Amino acid sequence: MKLQKLIGAVALMAGSLMMGSQAIAGDKLRIATEGAYAPFNMVNAQGELEGFDVDIARALCAEMKADCEIVAQDWDGIIPGLRARKYDAIIASMSITEERQRVVDFSDPYYSNVLAFVAAKGNSVDTSKDGLKGLTIGAQRATIAGQYLEDNLGDIASVKLYDTQDNAYLDLNAGRLDVLLSDKFPAYDWLQTDAGTGFEFKGADIDINDKIGIALRKGDKWRARFNDALKAIVENGTYAEINAKYFPFSIY
Amino acid sequence: MSWEWGIIIEYLPRLLDGAWLTLELVLVSGLMGLALAVPISLARSSDNFWVRALPFAYIFFFRGTPLLVQIFLIYYGASQFDAVKESALWVVLKEPYWCAIIAFTLNTAAYSAELFRGAIQAIPKGEIEAAKAMGMSPPLMIRRIVLPRAFGIALPAYGNEMVLMLKGSALASTITLLDLTGMARTIIARTYTPLEMFMAAGLVYLVIGAAMIGIFRLIEYRFNRYQYYKHTPLPANIDPQLRDEHIDD
Repeated sequence: MKLQKLIGAVALMAGSLMMGSQAIAGDKLRIATEGAYAPFNMVNAQGELEGFDVDIARALCAEMKADCEIVAQDWDGIIPGLRARKYDAIIASMSITEERQRVVDFSDPYYSNVLAFVAAKGNSVDTSKDGLKGLTIGAQRATIAGQYLEDNLGDIASVKLYDTQDNAYLDLNAGRLDVLLSDKFPAYDWLQTDAGTGFEFKGADIDINDKIGIALRKGDKWRARFNDALKAIVENGTYAEINAKYFPFSIY
Repeated sequence: MSWEWGIIIEYLPRLLDGAWLTLELVLVSGLMGLALAVPISLARSSDNFWVRALPFAYIFFFRGTPLLVQIFLIYYGASQFDAVKESALWVVLKEPYWCAIIAFTLNTAAYSAELFRGAIQAIPKGEIEAAKAMGMSPPLMIRRIVLPRAFGIALPAYGNEMVLMLKGSALASTITLLDLTGMARTIIARTYTPLEMFMAAGLVYLVIGAAMIGIFRLIEYRFNRYQYYKHTPLPANIDPQLRDEHIDD
């Protein structure tokens, strides 16, 4: 009897030790972001990552009481890096798409991207299909905005596609573009800069059902915890606080 | 990774649209560049230092900087100045098409001028002296002797420059033009088939390039006939009076 008790106690201790060590290892979480998509993730003058995505990542980690490390990773290799276990989650304004869902899992969306037209102040642009007829409209190539333009306005307007968003802004400023179609939130950030002061959003936003989520490895148990934490920070007002830091309107 | 032939076939008409713009860019800027290169090369091979200096500076700048930088300077750079935007030049500079033509023309003119300069200086001294001895005035000598001779000498290298121009024209895609490369990239953004599309675009470039090489080979054959002359031995039973003791074997 004594021996059995002893064995039981040892087993219990060993078990709790193992559980304990597992919990510590499990709570050390590495999160990747890109660092080149202001104001969502960017590198500041001190070389630190910051932005909406980074703040959300920190808030989620605090909510989950996880020990997090946020790392920067180039966009091209961000999904391969996740699968190679260089980090455990991607919080980098990544759209939830079918192609990506084949290789990674996504959390519930943490914000929704919409498209918006930008044009010069004082230039009354009617953003209906008829109103845009014959205008020169720009967007970045290989983005949802670029594809939306080609699909919906390609036949009635002159569509110009740019390699980078910055080049599209330059041409908007130069007067080569009448209207720019862009993801709304980065464009909002640009409108606050000196170069963007002469411009404003036109017409209604275009909801293209583009949801932004946290990418995780297939079948990863963290997914449920991220979802719970996300729900919690939305309910306790932390999310709204972070949102207000960057945008005067809700992007959830 | 599967290879999607269907996508290549589906988008081939659009690729060919792009190829047409590429051809147009190369042809227009090639001809304008040639027109510009001739006077520049003549000035560049002048004996007078001051006549030489300006073309030298121009060639130095355009050969020493990347074509991409030149395109960006003309397209994005010029539009930064309100003075440019308010001038009559803006009608031209507003269009990416003309910005590309200007950049390609100035670039190829610089390279060609340097080629022609080398060719002009490579003309055998004896031929120039012979022209002078015939009493030709300098303009007549340039028209009849210097330019045709220099053109023949520079032809192989000039054909090379035109093929480089064809490939350089891919940079037009960076200023929103839908040339062959721009079209391929736009299609890829939608279909996610970079391998197929770039391969197809590469093949179209190869075909255009091969045609250009063929055309230049023909011009060369015609222009430098003397290099292709083949000596055929005379028949043995020819009339002895037709024989020339200096060249017959």
